[in-house]
Amino acid sequence: MTTAVYTSDHEDAGSALHWLASHNDTFDHFINGVFQTPSGTTDRIEVINPATGERLASIPRGTQADVDAAVASASEAFKTWSQLSGFERALHLYAIARAIRENARLFAVLETLDNGKAIREARDADVPLVVRHFEHHAGRAQTLGVDHPNHKPRGVVGQVIPWNFPFLMLAWKVAVALATGNTVVIKTADSTPLTAMRFAEILMEIGLPKGVVNIVNGDGSTGDALVRHPGIAKVAFTGSTAVACKIRTATAGSGKALTLEAGGKSPFIVCEDADLDAAVEGIIDAIFFNKGEVCCAGSRAIVQESVVERFLAKLKRRMSRLRVGHPLDKTVDIGAMNSRAQFDKVTGLIALGEQEGATKWQPDSCLLESCQCGLFIPPTLFTNVSPAHTIAREEIFGPVLVIMTFREVGEAVELANNTRYGLAASVWSQTMDVAFDIASRIEAGTVWINCTNQFDAAVEFGGRRESGWGSEGGDRGMLAYLTEVDQPPVEPRVPEPEDRVPEPVVGLTLHRTRRNLIGGALKRPDGDRSYRINGPGGVFLGNVGHVNRKDLRSAVEAAAKAFLGWRGKTGHNRAQILRFFAENLTDQRLDIIERLRAQTGISFEQARQEFDASVEALFWNAAYADRNAGTVSRVCGPMLVTTLSEPIGVIGVRATDELPLLGMVAPMAQAIAQGNTVVMLAGTRPISALDLVPIAQSSDLPGGVVNILTPEAPDEAAVMLAGNYDEVGSFWYFGYDPDTSRRIEEVSIGNLKRTWVSDGRRLNWLDPSILSARALAEATHPKAIWVPFGA
Amino acid sequence: MRETLAFDLGLIESIHVNRRGVEQRAQSLVARRPIKRGSQVRAHVDAIQCIDLTTLDGSDTPGRVDRLCQKAKRPVRPDILEKLGIEPFTVGAVCVYHAQVAEAVACLEKTGVPVAAVSTFFPDGQGPEELKPQEIEASINAGAAEIDVVISRALALQSNWKALYDQIAGFRRACGDRAKLKVILGTGNLVRLERIAKASATAILAGADVIKTSTGKEATNATLPIGLVMTDQILRFLEIDPSHPVGFKPAGGIKTAKEAQAWMALMHEQLGEDWTKPERFRIGASSLLGDLERQLHHAAFGRYPAGHYLAIA
Repeated sequence: MTTAVYTSDHEDAGSALHWLASHNDTFDHFINGVFQTPSGTTDRIEVINPATGERLASIPRGTQADVDAAVASASEAFKTWSQLSGFERALHLYAIARAIRENARLFAVLETLDNGKAIREARDADVPLVVRHFEHHAGRAQTLGVDHPNHKPRGVVGQVIPWNFPFLMLAWKVAVALATGNTVVIKTADSTPLTAMRFAEILMEIGLPKGVVNIVNGDGSTGDALVRHPGIAKVAFTGSTAVACKIRTATAGSGKALTLEAGGKSPFIVCEDADLDAAVEGIIDAIFFNKGEVCCAGSRAIVQESVVERFLAKLKRRMSRLRVGHPLDKTVDIGAMNSRAQFDKVTGLIALGEQEGATKWQPDSCLLESCQCGLFIPPTLFTNVSPAHTIAREEIFGPVLVIMTFREVGEAVELANNTRYGLAASVWSQTMDVAFDIASRIEAGTVWINCTNQFDAAVEFGGRRESGWGSEGGDRGMLAYLTEVDQPPVEPRVPEPEDRVPEPVVGLTLHRTRRNLIGGALKRPDGDRSYRINGPGGVFLGNVGHVNRKDLRSAVEAAAKAFLGWRGKTGHNRAQILRFFAENLTDQRLDIIERLRAQTGISFEQARQEFDASVEALFWNAAYADRNAGTVSRVCGPMLVTTLSEPIGVIGVRATDELPLLGMVAPMAQAIAQGNTVVMLAGTRPISALDLVPIAQSSDLPGGVVNILTPEAPDEAAVMLAGNYDEVGSFWYFGYDPDTSRRIEEVSIGNLKRTWVSDGRRLNWLDPSILSARALAEATHPKAIWVPFGA
Repeated sequence: MRETLAFDLGLIESIHVNRRGVEQRAQSLVARRPIKRGSQVRAHVDAIQCIDLTTLDGSDTPGRVDRLCQKAKRPVRPDILEKLGIEPFTVGAVCVYHAQVAEAVACLEKTGVPVAAVSTFFPDGQGPEELKPQEIEASINAGAAEIDVVISRALALQSNWKALYDQIAGFRRACGDRAKLKVILGTGNLVRLERIAKASATAILAGADVIKTSTGKEATNATLPIGLVMTDQILRFLEIDPSHPVGFKPAGGIKTAKEAQAWMALMHEQLGEDWTKPERFRIGASSLLGDLERQLHHAAFGRYPAGHYLAIA
């Protein structure tokens, strides 16, 4: 009677297996409130327990007909569901939350059987977070009308979820959709559909109206049919970056709203003044939680040289005590990889790491006997790693950690940001000013200071760069499922009869080519070519420089360079510069109005209105320059969570043709007020855009913050700018050509940049309040900074 | 017996502790390492063997101490042990005030159960400094094999680590190799985890054989986060000086078998199996034994006994 403090202690899977048996281990889709497979397909997918290789159940591979039926059911349900009061929807959401809580253990066991994750994690993390998500959104539903006035649900949303957190991701998708009054068609991952099937039963039990939530099983082909379905108004996706790009392409030009939560290679920075023991436990949680199959896994440890040896010794010691084994064993830390394919991918990358010369370390004996059959990988550590190693760049999605070192904070930030991803980061230092400094400089949607893997329904979670865009949770998570209530359509402006349009004032005439503004200077076009601008009736208004790809490149480089300084300016400073811009604009009022009329043929009154609206746009956005800083969230525990609204970087804008002045000024002001820099492409009436050049130069705007170009074919230039320059973080297209909208969304996948396109609609720029909420959201992305505290 | 190491202020000041990080560790430790079923009996027995069965009260009399010692010799009812097939064993030590040492020593003669005396003006340590070594020596002369000293918390609260080191080194000299030196930090008074960690390191440098959380008289006593930061320091010195391992003793507030199991898991995870044995691990407790014996009764006979079926201490 000695040794072995712990024996394996298996959670009883009896009730879960009994539940599967009660369905004959066979499931349909959940459509219009019942389990059914409308297509009658016999093409079925086997669901396997990855820990044992045993078959758990089978599901149909959803077909187009199945998706059609699900969308039809959701469309029908939308008519009534969207009309319910917030209180009524809150009651449904609350009932769902309670019912899940009542079945918590069954859900946890099902998730473990299906996914291979340790039961401890399913029980203590996944399921409680699911409940929290529904309960929080019951509150959001209740106060929707007050929180988001002038907004309405989008309609039927199509959602595609991954296999690593099947139930939690379902909750993140469904709760917010229901709270906002949308109806849902959600596609499960083909290897992990079981908790969704039990969830469907819960919806029946609590009496959710039929068709409000439809669950379609299937693989990538089913998901493709769903995201392409014309009845879908919004698509939400969580999964790999590769699939995110496919979905972006598939939905381009459709007008569907889209949010993408994709991959990551998140840094985990340990400074020399960190609590190293806490940091070691942090990294254990960061990379070995859910066997490393976590999009925000802290997979790159970046440790200060002065403590790296101590850190490594502690880490190895701690890793030696991890237990890898049957996921139903309550004492197991790391369960089974979800699938053979994932197992092969991870083991392949481990082999590649060794091939490339990194040093692999795995603890001697952490695999329990229960690992004999199944897809288990021991916790793996790589040292002697640099950013040039594949394993330091690629998302491994397994229990594999790489360690790099840094000398000073600046280098840590540089290493952390040297990645195509931007999902999360963890920073460990007992010195708050240092920790916040690093947090503020890291490009990621979430930064955990002295903690890791913290989530809460009240806090935005989402990525930057190729980790995707759009938030789940918090206010922005709600906004993603809402759209502005319809405004009266904007009437195209009717030109005056030609004889009432003023001729350009003819005095002393100098032959001149008006140049573009790039990096604060007037630049002759690279191609040394200009083109004529004529007003209505063919009146010659001036020569304008042609823009080629080198001009675009110079503008993007100037904007990227200017961004670092501009984002660092105070909001007050940016506001004053915008107002100074307005002052200088007003000095030229009559000239600019006259040239507006000469280009468009509109009346003086219409031109005056556009001019005044431009000045107001500057004032409006100046008002938000030193606000819109972010939010503070109430989460569980002594924890400060501040979500900053940060500028995106360089924003490319293709201005509308119809409003030559306001169409330039308003989006420019929206972007730069929040700290972005812009490359503005004028529309087909570029004279007013060029009127802004001397004003920009004389308004204390640092060079490169605003770049103004006048391409002869603005739509072509827009596609080029959106597609070929990865420094551009977002592209706004306000031309009216739906086909160009589509092409911009298609080419944006190069760096998975954000886009805001008109889809052929005329946006109302004349009243700044109408687009304000949207513009503030489009001009920024959130960064949630989590700080636990305690002496 | 450990020896006093050279004072190292740099080592003490390099200690950084993040409370929420420690709490997170404590939480995941307990959730990840439940001691269940087959392991439980073993763990209960280990826990009993590590108990410093304690009475520290103004009302202590020879009669009271005698009763405690009898329980220390036979902590579990013999028929329970027989049923479980476990050989008889004792608790780790009996812990009393100086005035009761002689009685306890007499009572425990030839049992192998050491007597520990609390000392240096326990529980608050606010007496004349020059009398503290005398108190230690008096208890050793009376037969105490272990001395549980309290530190001057004022020194730790003022971050005067050198003075604290000197004080404890003095206690070390007084104990010499005649008694085990167990240093009580008074963690409830030190409050901040980082301060507790620094005080732990100071005590180890000064030559403590065992570092102990608290007196049992403070408002908060032994908690798992405190146990983590103190054992972190034991581990750190084990790397520096592997031949002189330091023991650990949480005291106060550990009342249930479940709590004891969490501590056993903590010791096992942090320092390994050697720290689940009485040579290096003690639990200062009085009522805990009752619950552990009750659990063993359940393991043996499948039912929980009423209190009056088990002998009181």
